[in-house]
Amino acid sequence: MSKRNPEYDFAWCPGCGDFGVRRALQVALEGYSAEHEEPQANNVIIAGIGCSGNIVHLVEGEQPFGIHGIHGRTLPISFGVKQGNSDLNTVVVAGDGDFLSIGAEHLGPAANRNVDVTAVVMDNGVYGLTKGQSSPTTAFGKITASTPLGKIENPVSPLKLYMSIGVTFIASYYSSKPRVLAKLIQEAMNHKGFSIVHVQSPCTTYNDTYDLLKGKPKEGVKGLAYEIPEDHDPTSVEDANDLLSRPGIPLGVIFKQERKTFRDRYEELRERSPKRTNDELLDSYLLQM
Amino acid sequence: MDKHDFVIRFAGEGGQGLVTSADALARAAAHAGYFVQTHATYPSQIMGGPASSQVRISTTPVLSSGDGVDVLVALNQYAYDHHNEDLNPGGVTVYNAEEYDLPEGGHYFGIKADELAKSTGNARAANMVTIGAVTKLIDFNPEEIDEFIRQRFTRGREGDDEIIEANIKAVRLGAEVADSAGFNVGQLESATPPDYSQIIITGNAAIAMGSTAAGCDFYVGYPISPATTVLVWMENNLWGEGRFVHQVASEIEAINATLGAGFAGKKAMTATAGPGFSLMSEGLGLAWMAEIPMVVVNVQRGGPATGLPTKSEQSDLYTCMHPAHGDIKMPVLAPGSIEECFWAAVLAQNWAERYQGPVILMTEFGLAERGENIRRPDLSKVSQECRTTVSEGDTGKRYDSWDGSTPLPGMPIPGGPGAYVANGSEHDEIGDTTHLPRHHVRLMERRFKKLDLLKDSPYEIENADADCIIMPWGSSKGPAREAYDRLREEGANIGWLYSLALHPLPEEVLAVLKSGKKIIVPELNYLGQWSALLRMEGFNAESITQYTGLPFRPADLVTRIRERIGAGVTA
Repeated sequence: MSKRNPEYDFAWCPGCGDFGVRRALQVALEGYSAEHEEPQANNVIIAGIGCSGNIVHLVEGEQPFGIHGIHGRTLPISFGVKQGNSDLNTVVVAGDGDFLSIGAEHLGPAANRNVDVTAVVMDNGVYGLTKGQSSPTTAFGKITASTPLGKIENPVSPLKLYMSIGVTFIASYYSSKPRVLAKLIQEAMNHKGFSIVHVQSPCTTYNDTYDLLKGKPKEGVKGLAYEIPEDHDPTSVEDANDLLSRPGIPLGVIFKQERKTFRDRYEELRERSPKRTNDELLDSYLLQM
Repeated sequence: MDKHDFVIRFAGEGGQGLVTSADALARAAAHAGYFVQTHATYPSQIMGGPASSQVRISTTPVLSSGDGVDVLVALNQYAYDHHNEDLNPGGVTVYNAEEYDLPEGGHYFGIKADELAKSTGNARAANMVTIGAVTKLIDFNPEEIDEFIRQRFTRGREGDDEIIEANIKAVRLGAEVADSAGFNVGQLESATPPDYSQIIITGNAAIAMGSTAAGCDFYVGYPISPATTVLVWMENNLWGEGRFVHQVASEIEAINATLGAGFAGKKAMTATAGPGFSLMSEGLGLAWMAEIPMVVVNVQRGGPATGLPTKSEQSDLYTCMHPAHGDIKMPVLAPGSIEECFWAAVLAQNWAERYQGPVILMTEFGLAERGENIRRPDLSKVSQECRTTVSEGDTGKRYDSWDGSTPLPGMPIPGGPGAYVANGSEHDEIGDTTHLPRHHVRLMERRFKKLDLLKDSPYEIENADADCIIMPWGSSKGPAREAYDRLREEGANIGWLYSLALHPLPEEVLAVLKSGKKIIVPELNYLGQWSALLRMEGFNAESITQYTGLPFRPADLVTRIRERIGAGVTA
């Protein structure tokens, strides 16, 4: 149920991490628009398929533009949107299945291009909408609806993957503190280049990892999530790799690098490009006597 | 004997300059005022493998690659063995005497082109020796070739004069060999250059050019035979302010980036061939569902799977019309000539904008790489339609119901008013997902009703009163037209029906189909795809099929149509 559209009939399960991500995304979009004095209509959300994709219908306040496309293709769609109009703040929202399984082939090209797009990945370690099958980030050995004897594959390490292919802004967080997450997302939007905010967004129905992430402080159980130490230098490749070699889920900006964006390089080529009118092009085929 | 029409074929292996030879002869003949059409067949490899390239030269517009061959240049034994049977009665073979020998007494003679070329001081002029021999055989005015050589090799460099002189000498030497062999296959009638300006262009270039002229300003693609030259053309030319071109990582990227750009307000296009088109299916479904303008070109090759990458087939019709799951029927344009490639590309862009959705432009290998001299398209006649958008204060929503009685509501563009979600799930007026029956019903009807806006495509109807009507599509139009003309000359009671659009059909074309006359469809596939689709609509259609990877020969079609119309022939 969305406040903007009471007829809209999709709802996340109670306690779903995606509620927090939605709140954070909303605040980040408002913050970004205010910071750059741009209308909400300059924001485009490109959503994948799965529980998380519904965020495009559920963000509240003034409606941004959106595409709720097909499974796994958020990055190629965002490439077209951004190159179609580079003034648009182009944001991808996708789940771990959409982004890292069926859509994984698009990560490399997006990183190579350093396309100026922000991806907010909602990682719940499971295919929720289809009722609990194993996903790329599901742990080895885990029993799910589609792995009744335990998952046979190793899980992907998303942050290491992003680092290895040259994503120029990598942040990791969880859904429980939307205001802090919002700041990270806004920082990612402000980054010139391909930015990914990888969010642990637990599925309370099929893979409830809240306790695993945050631990049980009262019982003295430590969680996997930990604040990135203050002396971490996100502009350092060494620091980032060092951080990612440790166990646990770091919270904050892991890596940030300034590099020319696809658009920067494209405009350089355009300067050198041939400039011929349609008539001149057609005349290059003229039969001359 | 004067003849108005000759086919000259160069056969050998890939990398021997066969295409260059045919192209040079075509250009020289076009310069002299003839109509020309080239056609090549080669394996999917860069060097080696059996290949051939031919040119048909005529005093009247060339509709097809013809029936047989008048002059065969066979550069190796394999080429001779495989192309010899295509020789017309009285035809002559020029064989490569440096490579093999043939027994004395046949309708052929040998030539040592490399050796003769070396004697001119320019070893690279061997193909000019061969061209010299060919032109002598058909009594083509040697001065025209000289003029062509002067133009081609005048490049403002030192040594131009020597190169020109050597090439002209090479032509003379070749002509002397042919002369002493004593053969002549007839004399080419003289031609009068047309009084309009001409270009010589391939189908793929014509499509790229037409799209650009119609305002296409976003192109992404992935290399695939035989569509690659569209990408290469765009990468070289689709620059300038507000335009974008890029080679992406796959056809899946291509279709989805095209969609993103169409959503963002661009006139976006991609081109591919069958395998890539298959990968684009899901994205095309999204474009149909979310109503995003875009053009997808499918330059067909033989299929399925990798199929025949460098051969001609018309076997993607089902998949072009119904590319994705669900209730979908795409607008499909299928040009039948090089000139139509240009104008169909214009129409495809305009259709996409007008009905706010994807348009399929399907061509074939047979059109893609063949060269033809055509009237220079008049750019002042190219219309550039743009989608209606929305303005501040408009009360309509993106996905309002629409029954065709009013203009199609505008499409909001990101950055402007009317924000919505372009949704591949069934949706409500602003694009939010809904599974309510009333929304699925009203939007299903909207999506199909929009096709009524596309009834303005060109068509040809002749002798529609006849009992039997020939209705080719795509590149089979040319050979079918030649066959039709010959049958009419014999007095056959047949009609002619041709439509650039295969969907939706113009009302006038539908009226002929609805008359119940027998419709005969020559098409290059096994299933008889177009006639099957026509029968699905209740029309009385049957196919004449061919699935050799080669275009129809008019003579074959004459025979096969005669068999079908039986008693209808009065000759």
